[in-house]
Amino acid sequence: MPVAARSSTGVPSAGASSVGVSSVSSSSSSAPGGPLPGPSEHAHAPRSRPRPLPWLIGATAVLVATVLLAVTIGSADLGVGEVWRSVAWHLTRGLGLDDVVGVEPLSVLRDGIVWQLRLPRVLTAAAVGAGLALCGVVMQSLTRNPLADPYLLGLSSGASLGAVLVLVLGLGVLLPVAAFAGAVLALAAALGLAGALGAITPTRTVLSGLAVSQLCAAATSFVIFWSATGDSYREILSWLMGSVAGATWGSVAIAGIAVLVLGSALALSGSVLDAFTFGDSSAAALGISVERTRWLLLVGVALLTGALVSVSGAVGFVGLILPHAVRLLTGARHRLLLPLSALTGASFLVWADTLARTVFAPREVPVGIITAAVGAPVFALLLWRGRRLA
Amino acid sequence: MRREPGPAVREAGATAREPGAPAREPGAPGREPRDGLSASRMTWSVGGRTIVDGVDCTAPVGALTGLVGPNGSGKSTLLRLLTGVLGADAGEVAFGGVDLLGLRRRERARQLAVVEQDTSAELPLTVRDAVLLGRIPHRSLLAGDSATDHAVADDALARTRMMAFADRALASLSGGERQRVHMARALAQQPRLLLLDEPTNHLDISAQLETVALLRELADEGVTVLAALHDLTLAASVCDHVVVLAGGRVVAAGPVEEVLVPEVLDEVYGIRCTVLTHPETGRPVLSFALA
Repeated sequence: MPVAARSSTGVPSAGASSVGVSSVSSSSSSAPGGPLPGPSEHAHAPRSRPRPLPWLIGATAVLVATVLLAVTIGSADLGVGEVWRSVAWHLTRGLGLDDVVGVEPLSVLRDGIVWQLRLPRVLTAAAVGAGLALCGVVMQSLTRNPLADPYLLGLSSGASLGAVLVLVLGLGVLLPVAAFAGAVLALAAALGLAGALGAITPTRTVLSGLAVSQLCAAATSFVIFWSATGDSYREILSWLMGSVAGATWGSVAIAGIAVLVLGSALALSGSVLDAFTFGDSSAAALGISVERTRWLLLVGVALLTGALVSVSGAVGFVGLILPHAVRLLTGARHRLLLPLSALTGASFLVWADTLARTVFAPREVPVGIITAAVGAPVFALLLWRGRRLA
Repeated sequence: MRREPGPAVREAGATAREPGAPAREPGAPGREPRDGLSASRMTWSVGGRTIVDGVDCTAPVGALTGLVGPNGSGKSTLLRLLTGVLGADAGEVAFGGVDLLGLRRRERARQLAVVEQDTSAELPLTVRDAVLLGRIPHRSLLAGDSATDHAVADDALARTRMMAFADRALASLSGGERQRVHMARALAQQPRLLLLDEPTNHLDISAQLETVALLRELADEGVTVLAALHDLTLAASVCDHVVVLAGGRVVAAGPVEEVLVPEVLDEVYGIRCTVLTHPETGRPVLSFALA
């Protein structure tokens, strides 16, 4: 066996031509009938590769526990048993099992707090967190820019402009529609601008998004400055910083369906995103059709982000930092990174929102403040621990 | 010592021989029985400037072919046209008698690997992860790494002597080591055709020699290797064939002894060149002076 092949110093050995006497066939059965002459028999270096399944099972368990715990926490004086009883009552009734199981309902007021306020809010936070983290991973990989986030294409600024316009006009009911429309228009403008310059390269995407972002931000500021007063001002500020305070089952449906449909599709794009690691032409050389893939993924990200922003406002930080944090734990391979970021993002935002509504109770702070205030130190810690990789 | 054909030449003669593909019958006019890469009339222009201008070139199977020429002569562009990364305005590329650019991208990526210049990753990545990227064309886009993928990647790491670095971060490597990772990634693709753009750029002399030794070895195993090279002396010392490009056109092409001669180099670079013969290897050694 070649000693040279495992030289640990990297210093060239005398006989360069002896490199690679390593593919000696062995009868190992790891590739039965495979196209190879046979897998090599040299000793495998110890694998520090994280195994996907335990990570995903663990993160799912954490998310389930997070949701179950978070609904029990709040300013109203509700016992853990009461909260779960309310949930169980609705579930069994919904499934037509109430005759069989026979859970005793809570009083209407207490039940309303759990079922109409807390649970939709917790589930919306989970869906938004999952979606933003996913979009963040995709944007960072597609643009090969560690500073990219889901809002890169002007999505949040466009959504903000739409939202602020309807809030100022006192048409709050239209907020999700206006925000989504704003996001989609901003995306169309950004991609249109990038496309007008030629091929949609990462740099053009980033710069076009920046231009659209700045324009929308200026327009938003102008509208606020010109016409916002009192109540609408607070409402606007809370929306701009991101908040799931007003979440309803409608919000759960919008964010949840968007994450399940678009998010699942994005989460399956792992190998494609891997191929972009060394840039466009390298991806093309690995058999990816670069332009089409980029368009598809960007549009997927935009629609998902638009849907999320329409229910929660522009929650910052999750889509930018969380992918980095997960990457530091598990490496940059997207097949694990995508689903794990989604699960972690969901748990993270649920806890952040729980803090947002309890720490200063009875006052609430926008969850965007908490995500940054809690997330930044955690990220700094991870950065420090993983400094050899970064 | 001859090796068994490694993974890099598996399937040689097995794929891309579909019925209906352009015939490779023995004795087909103008074709060797084991055809390598042959490009004809490749043309590409941008902004009214023709960068690659009707280039015909060939790279025989199992040979190391060097693509040389001054800065801006179109070497990199030609390579990008040959890989299909850049769409040619005109021209055809055949490999093994099959229209390479007509293949589906993934099918092409199973035959053709590329080592580019100056490629870096912006996000943290380990060496093994980088090498495993080469397996993407060989598996379903939804599948994870199979045992075969790991075995082939390990092989590629061993052949490029990067096994000890497998779990290191790519960003922590030196330029020469990173270049070896890119070579390993290309090997993990198990290509029958390997195109390289200045694979020895920025490498110290021992790393350069290692790189070309590996290319030599791959060529001996039956891989068709075409490498753009800056260094004429290096090209003269290792290449079997050379294609000389200047101003987007082929100035000369053929066996190294016939092409890297004083007249051609004077015409292309405007330099005086003396060709010596290496006392041990018998290979040409070039020595230069300004004209």
